[in-house]
Amino acid sequence: MSTNTTEKALSGMDSLRKRLEGVNLRQNGIFIALLGLVAFFAITTPGSASTTPDNWSNLVVQNGYILVLAIGMVMIIIAGHIDLSVGSLAAFIGAVSGILAVRPLEQEGWDWLPALPWWAAIVGAILVGALVGVWQGFWVAYVGIPAFIVTLAGMLLFRGLALMTLQNTNIGPFPDEFRAIGNGFVDRENAIGTALGLPAQYNGTALVLTAVGIVALLWQALQVRRGRVKYGQPVEPRVWFFIKNILLAVMVAYVGFELAQSSGIPITLIVLVVLIVVYSIVMNKTTFGRHIYAIGGNLHAAVLSGINVRRVNFWLFVNMGALAALSGILITARMNSAVPKAGDGFELDAISSVFIGGAAVQGGVGTVTGSMVGGMIQGVLANGMNLNSVGIDAQMTIKGLVLLLAVAFDVWSKRRGK
Amino acid sequence: MAENILEMRSITKTFPGVVALDNVTLQVERGEIHAICGENGAGKSTLMKVLSGVYPHGTYDGEIVYDNETVSFKNIRDSEHKGIVIIHQELALSPHLSIAENIFLNNEITKFGLVDWNKTGQEAQILMAKVGLDESPNTKTKDIGVGKQQLVEIAKALSKRVKLLILDEPTAALNDTDSEHLLDLLRQLRSQGMTCIIISHKLNEIAEIADKTTIIRDGKVIETLDMKKDKVDQERIIKGMVGREMNNRYPERKPQIGNEILRVENWTVHHPDDVNRVVVDNVNINVKAGEIVGLAGIMGAGRTEFARSLFGHSWGSRISGNVHIKGQHVNVKTIRQAIDAGIAYATEDRKKFGLNLIDDIKRNISIASLDHFVKFGLVDDNEEYKVASEYRKSMNIKAPSPLSIVGKLSGGNQQKVVLSQWINVNPEVLILDEPTRGIDVGAKYEIYNIIQELAAQGKAVIVISSELPELLGICDRIYAIAEGRITGEVLRKDFAPELLMKYMTKEKEKN
Repeated sequence: MSTNTTEKALSGMDSLRKRLEGVNLRQNGIFIALLGLVAFFAITTPGSASTTPDNWSNLVVQNGYILVLAIGMVMIIIAGHIDLSVGSLAAFIGAVSGILAVRPLEQEGWDWLPALPWWAAIVGAILVGALVGVWQGFWVAYVGIPAFIVTLAGMLLFRGLALMTLQNTNIGPFPDEFRAIGNGFVDRENAIGTALGLPAQYNGTALVLTAVGIVALLWQALQVRRGRVKYGQPVEPRVWFFIKNILLAVMVAYVGFELAQSSGIPITLIVLVVLIVVYSIVMNKTTFGRHIYAIGGNLHAAVLSGINVRRVNFWLFVNMGALAALSGILITARMNSAVPKAGDGFELDAISSVFIGGAAVQGGVGTVTGSMVGGMIQGVLANGMNLNSVGIDAQMTIKGLVLLLAVAFDVWSKRRGK
Repeated sequence: MAENILEMRSITKTFPGVVALDNVTLQVERGEIHAICGENGAGKSTLMKVLSGVYPHGTYDGEIVYDNETVSFKNIRDSEHKGIVIIHQELALSPHLSIAENIFLNNEITKFGLVDWNKTGQEAQILMAKVGLDESPNTKTKDIGVGKQQLVEIAKALSKRVKLLILDEPTAALNDTDSEHLLDLLRQLRSQGMTCIIISHKLNEIAEIADKTTIIRDGKVIETLDMKKDKVDQERIIKGMVGREMNNRYPERKPQIGNEILRVENWTVHHPDDVNRVVVDNVNINVKAGEIVGLAGIMGAGRTEFARSLFGHSWGSRISGNVHIKGQHVNVKTIRQAIDAGIAYATEDRKKFGLNLIDDIKRNISIASLDHFVKFGLVDDNEEYKVASEYRKSMNIKAPSPLSIVGKLSGGNQQKVVLSQWINVNPEVLILDEPTRGIDVGAKYEIYNIIQELAAQGKAVIVISSELPELLGICDRIYAIAEGRITGEVLRKDFAPELLMKYMTKEKEKN
């Protein structure tokens, strides 16, 4: 009898260990690192400046354009490529959006061009971005030039085009609606909150949207878990599942609550959330996404399983072009001006985000959410160091070390895994 | 004058689970050309790797006596230092360097620490004259043919003051003129006192040039034949190579053969880099439903090249010929077209070409048939999991879960994942290239059962294998392929290793 119980206990331990293996330690590790960083700055910044409602708002809008770039970049990196041109491309598209939305109004000689309404300027600019992606995709996918070279050339090329387009001036100011995507908030006047009779210090829409977000998050997690259980797929231990998701919900609630005490939910955040949801689905649930992982994991095997590798690579760059364009629009909207130096070095921030977020240099590994966490680690770090009045010299040094250590940790944990 | 330059005594080399060399003893006389024959995997290359220090002293049992002293090489440099040079089938030249640079690669002639280019060119020219290579020493090796590249390798060996030259399949990639030239050169070197060990599948060449022939089978030396004294011919060598007992290492075969599924007509393929070289030469084959057809050939005969060119033109250039599936002409210009037409190809090199090693079993099985899992535009990963679980059970893939990472599985289990991947495409024709390479005996038997099962379901199965007994054990019919041509077709009732070996080594008639 007693041996039986011991065996049972042992197998229980075993199964627990086996179950814990299902918990992705690497992915959770960087998330915990992010939380640690937030806590660290909450304590060290004078007057807890890093956790004021306005600073939370700033964190989102200051990092939004990098995160948008990181979404496209992680896909490119999973497929085994790289894109060095996105910062320059963002600047070029900022300039294009200026031409489309503003220039005919403010400058003589441009009156042949009709000033487009703000939304048409945005759509037009994204289309131009996609077209640039067609150009880069053509060279990478169909001519077979390594992406490093094509986009290194692109980095110079689009910076040059940005300079040419702007003719050494800035374009601005932009229409209010255009500016709103970079700078605006959902229902800043709090019409809904007032209508619902909520206390005036909170933005009602922000509270409502946060609640909706939390419900959607939990519902989706539960839905996925149910489906897996039904098909006998292994799932995380129930306790861990609940702890994890409740923690996540609490965090979302906290940030939403803070934002509600500031000006409300930034429109940039809405854009970002939509993109994260859409691209997570693309990467995990569509054939396109799965082909990207297959190509990065083993190019030869992908070819021999009938994947049209050229087409996938081509569309990856078109997609990156469109996302870089969106990023350029966010930057321009936030600065309320299209400037030639916009987006300088942003490609490196995006690439760092992806690698801190757990992507592999050889390709085949990486996630959209991981890259977002990686991007936020960099964002929180920069923001906190600014609030602590750390000089730019030390900031760069620390950023460099963080990237190196994050990837070193990754390599180390993988080697241990073997 | 019967002094031995080399004696390998009781060499035993084991790999985990396999005895590659079993108490092998080899004696090579100074100044002779000594051939080593055996089927693929018999242990020839392993023996040469032991000799040249690729497998360092201590990793094998036994003793090597060379030039009257017991030697213990730790690496290739040690053995080269003593004058033993091995030239591999895949030449080790740097294509963008010149002939002279290649000859003295890692053995540069220097003066005050700098390379003396004048002396290098001069010395190179002397060596090139010795091997009959009529080129400028400054020509890049990529710009000369394979035959001449082979000569560069020999010149390189001579520059190292070679006493024992080992050539692994030296003429496999050469045309007749180049082969003849090479054999002449070997005779000439012999007359100058050089000792050669030559590994070759071309038995007529061996009969022509070798003084002695040692036959290896299953890691054991079967016999050493004195070519002149014993009047040895090709038939005699073949008998030694294949003369083994067949036991029931293969499941019993009760074929149910139906209508013709695949017909390939006048299939010709050229080399992708050298478009004038014909690699597959006017091949005509057919396979019926429920039939297992073998493609037998020595390495380099064009088996894999044929299969891959058929599978969506994934190898080769200037491909011509017709493919019919169930009487319908089909296009196989892209891999997608080939898959859609009902052809599946499971590669010989699963790690390099077959699997995404960093991903799990589930996703590896579904990748070629991902469209089957799409619902409302999205891949249903629960369905994928279900299918992968079923394959894990039916194929007996030994892994903790369908979510296990493929790179961590054993070779046999990886092979089962590859097979599952292609079975799930539900093809008409399955081409299995070396389906049991590098896997243990037990897993082999399981793979044979799976192959039989596929045939029983009415698939047309083509098996490519370097192991002739394997083909004889599982196939209903075997095509022999040599130098890109089908040189024979044998039905199961006529299966005889000697006959197939004769077809497999049949060379083009010289004109």
